[in-house]
Formats: sequence, C-alpha cells, structure tokens
Amino acid sequence: MANLTLGLKNVRGLRFERLPAPFWVRVAIPFIAILLAFLLTSVLVLMAGANPLEAFYYLLIEPLTTRVGALEVLVKATPLILTGLAVLVAFAGGYFNIGAEGQFYAGAVAAAWLGVAFKGLPPLVAIPIILLAGFLAGALWALGPALLKVYFAVDEVVTTLLLNSVMVLGVSGLLTGPWQDPGGWARTPLISDALRLPRLAPPSRLRAGIIIGVVLMVALWFILNRTAFGLKLRAIGLGPKAARFMGIHVTRTLLTAALVSGAIAGLAGAAEILGLQGRLSSQTLELGYGYSGIVVAMLGGLTAFGVGAAALFIALVENGALSLSQALGVPQYLGDVVQATILLTMLASLLLTNYRLRWR
Amino acid sequence: MDLFLISVIASTLRVSTPLLFAALGETINEKAGILNLGIEGTMVFSAFIGFWAAKTSGSVELGLLAAVLAGLALGLLMGLLTVTLGLSQHVSGLGVTLLGTGLALFLFRLAFPDPAIPPKLDAPFPQLPILVGTPLEPVFSQFGLTYIAFALVPLCGWLLYRTGFGLNLRACGENPEAADTAGVAVYRIRYMALAIGGALMGAAGGFLSLAQLDSFTYGIVSGRGWVAIALVIFGNWKPGRVLIGALLFSVFQALQLRWQAQGVQLPYWFLLALPYLVTILALTLAGRNASYPAALLKPYKREG
Repeated sequence: MANLTLGLKNVRGLRFERLPAPFWVRVAIPFIAILLAFLLTSVLVLMAGANPLEAFYYLLIEPLTTRVGALEVLVKATPLILTGLAVLVAFAGGYFNIGAEGQFYAGAVAAAWLGVAFKGLPPLVAIPIILLAGFLAGALWALGPALLKVYFAVDEVVTTLLLNSVMVLGVSGLLTGPWQDPGGWARTPLISDALRLPRLAPPSRLRAGIIIGVVLMVALWFILNRTAFGLKLRAIGLGPKAARFMGIHVTRTLLTAALVSGAIAGLAGAAEILGLQGRLSSQTLELGYGYSGIVVAMLGGLTAFGVGAAALFIALVENGALSLSQALGVPQYLGDVVQATILLTMLASLLLTNYRLRWR
Repeated sequence: MDLFLISVIASTLRVSTPLLFAALGETINEKAGILNLGIEGTMVFSAFIGFWAAKTSGSVELGLLAAVLAGLALGLLMGLLTVTLGLSQHVSGLGVTLLGTGLALFLFRLAFPDPAIPPKLDAPFPQLPILVGTPLEPVFSQFGLTYIAFALVPLCGWLLYRTGFGLNLRACGENPEAADTAGVAVYRIRYMALAIGGALMGAAGGFLSLAQLDSFTYGIVSGRGWVAIALVIFGNWKPGRVLIGALLFSVFQALQLRWQAQGVQLPYWFLLALPYLVTILALTLAGRNASYPAALLKPYKREG
C-alpha cells in the first residue's frame, strides 16, 4: 500500500490513504475543479482591469436572468451535449476518440448536402433521413481508426487526431471549390426552413436538437448502466486484459463503441446544420465542438447525466463570456481559458477519488 | 538555375523550419515517454508571447527569447500534470493546447484591442544570405533560425544517441522502472525533456510570428503542431528521418503555393492532407512493430 504519509510512518495523525474516497467527495469533485479554475482565471480578469466577482456574475448568472438568455444557453448546449455523449461512449471503454471534431464535420457535410438536395420533400421523411445520414457519416469517419486499433493495434489517439486535420482541409476544399457559392462566399446555400429542425419556443433560436440530446442522454445512461453491452464496455475500460479473461469479446465491443461514438458526433454535426446554423460555412469550422466534447465528458465525470449537466455549464460559460466582453470589455476568449482550466483542474481533482483522509 | 526550382527549394526550407523545431521538440518528449499533445497550443502561445515581447521591446531577439521561455513554461506545466501528478497524457496535452490557444487569444485581444488592424512588426528577423555570389545564393537567403533548425537535427541525434543524458532519457521512455533501479532520476529527466522540447516548440512559434509571418493572427499555427506529431511517428522517432519527413511535407506545401499562384487547378486540400494519410499508412504498415517508446503514455509512479 502506497500511502502519502510525508515520511512520518509511525506517528499518529491525519494521512491520505489509497482507498476509494467517500461518496460525498466524488460528488464534490466537479465543484472543487470549477472553483479552482475560477480562482486561477481571476488573475486574467484582474489583468483586464475588471473585478473578478463582477466578471463571474456576468459569466455565470447574467445569461440566466432573462428568458431569452436562458434559452440561448440551451441552444449552445445542444451540440455540446451530443459531442460530450459521443466522447463518453468511447472513453467509457478506454477508446480515446479525439476525433469527434472531424466526425462532427462529417455529419455536418452530409446534412448540408442532403438538406439542399432534399428541398421540397416532406419534412417528416427528409429530416429523419438527413439525421440518419449524419449519424452514418460520423460512423464512417470513425471506422478507419477503429479498425486500425482493434485489428492492427494502431494508437487511436494519433489516427483520430490526424483525421480531424484531414477533415478540416477537406471541408475547406469543398467550400472554396465545388461548393463555393456564386458570390464567392465559402458557404453552402441556406437550407429551407421546412427542412430545419422545428423551433421549440419561438422567437428564441432553440430547436428540437436539444430533445435529441436529452433522449440520447437517457438512452446512453440505460445502455451503459443497465445492459450487458454497457457492463462489458466499462469492464474493458477498466482493463482490457482482465476483460478478455472474463470472456468478453473485446474486439467487437470496442469496435461498436468507437463507431457509435463517431455516429453520435456525426449526428451532432447534422443536428447543428439543420438546427442553429442552417448551412455549412467556413465559420462552422471554427466552432470546435468536438474538442469541447472532451471537456464536457471529463467534467461530467464520464457519466451520461454528468455530461448533460456539464454541457449546460460549459454552454453557460461560453455565452457568459460573450456578455462579459460586452459589459466589462474582458476579451470573450476568457471563456476558452476557463474551459481549458476546468478540464485540467477536473483531471487533477479526480486524483482525490483514490484517496481517503484518515486519522490513524 | 531555373527560377521555379529555386523558389520551390527556398520556400521548402522556410516552410520546414517551424515543423523541424516542433517535431524535434516532440521527439525529445516522446523519447522520454511523454506524448505532448500540448504542442499545438504551446506553439500558438509562444508565437503570441514572442510577438508581444518583440513589439513592446522593439527587439526581435528578446521576442525570440520570450517565445522560447513561454514554450518552456508550458512544457513544465505539462510536466506538473503528467509527471508529478501522473495524469492522462492525452487529456493533459489537449488541455494544455486549449489553454495555450485560449490564453494567447485572450492576451492578444487585451494587448491589441482593435482587431481591425492586424499589428505588424516594424523590424522582423532579416534574411541572412550565405554562399553569396554563387548560383545557390537565392536558395540560401534564409532566416537565421532556419539554419539553426537544420543544425539542430544532428545535434538532437547526438544528444539522444551519443550522450549519457540521452541514454538516461531514452531509458525513461522505454523502461522507467529499470531506469530508476539503475539510479536514473526519472522525474527529473522527464521534466528536463519537457523543458527542452517545450523550448523548441516555443522557437517554432517564435519563428512563425517573428520571421515567417512577422505578425500574430488567430490561425497562426493552423495545425502545424499536429503535423509535427505526424512527422515524429513518420520519422520513427529518429531526428534524421524526421528531417526527411519535414522536407517531404514542405515540398508539397511549396509546390502547392507555387501552383496556386500560377493558377494551376488541383485539389490542393488533398495535397495538404496527404502527409496525414501517409503517416496513418506508415503507422499501419509498421503496425505492432512501430518503434513507439515502450513507456509512452505510461505515468511513472515510484512505489515507496
């Protein structure tokens, strides 16, 4: 047993022991991480000449003070919950899919293409097909790294990461080449309103994508916690060798998880195009929801409902950063810094789950 | 010499410079057992810090020093996360990339509030012609940092494969338990590798903002860090082969720039994406035999 005892082996006192932490510590961890991140980033707020308390009011509370603002948080959370769930499925099995970014754009490309091609079709037929196409496009973009991982033992982190760059180059090539709009803009035509996801609370920009996110969240909770597949997947995540000895078909399970992960990321891209964006443009490539999905999944403690909560929180911070820059002139990139810091402090705080403070 | 050839070779050397700095830094990191996915953000952050220091002090040399130190600092942060705390290298690296990029953009907006006018350096690094008076002069009118980057290739090879420090460093990347038993200070060596690697990534960022582009923009690094990661694998963790990979990649880039200027119609995105696909192919062919440092991605915990 490796205990952190500061060298005082036989002295009575408080010490950390390597034991699973009590339940309340596990619940407290995201809050500890968030608090720590705010303490660290308040240095930047001070540099920008603003009062940190006032800044965090704009970052965390101001967006929720109006109905429109609160709905806008849900708008922002829609792609985040989906990419967070995508990352969750893969990470639960220890498959480090860093490629949600590229898979998101694969789905976005499919939706931008079909959304225009299906013009005039009845929405009840067209919209499900477009979403399904996005789902499949994401899975297709995830297929290569998944096959290479399970059959050739090629590290998935590097391959999924590199394919993100390939996808971004490819989409830019499309938008500045065959798909360039006659006016010279790097964007596809706007999808007709009939084929967009329905608005939930007009005049707000919230669309039905959020419902897809919530349904998938519940479904994934069930799959990961209440089905044999979920149990197998999590067993592989804890240790592939042990899982194999238990008779789990590691290859098939990981392959499924990797493809489902890519598919959900693709669905996120399609839902974003049929939802908020309405078209694919070079600005779409700057959204970075695939990478944010990793932050969301980690902050959510790699649980489905955690992902939902984390997506709402990250969406709040992103929108809050905008209101912060408008109100106090603190650059809106503070939101990005806060997100990155939370990812790192969350990761570090997870160490606490392995220790228990004891008097001995 | 043919004008087309001269300009392609000259721009190949220029384009490969930041890739070489970054890929050599990443090689040193990975040889010590740390996959540093923070490379992209480290380059963005040091490109900004270098630009800001040069703009404020009026000296590009000071700017370069600041860029190198900024890279070194993020290397040490990576060390805190992955060596001291033993956290996941993937997630830590991505966190450092998100942090470095976010910080750079935040500070950039803070230091240069008016985004309408992209700030430029008044006196960026000059080009230093060597072989003056020979037919090769136009090819070798490069930035000083380009010569340094190429000189670093054999230097890194020597450091990794011909010195005691290099031996210890590689031992930490292959089998840290055995290295520790043999008396190698694993934590310290890994920190030093991250510091050196980070400094080189800083130089890569500094080259972009102080020499090649002489300004800072939001997309200044635009995936060059990920290219460097690909080059390290493509080069099988050997500085000489990393150089070959960097030159191959840069020839594609240089040709693309030339052809585009001449109006040749080609799917350029595919040329640019080719190196990534070739790297994935190389990884697949090497398969289980890819000579990954054996302890890559594994945190080392000293039991005691």
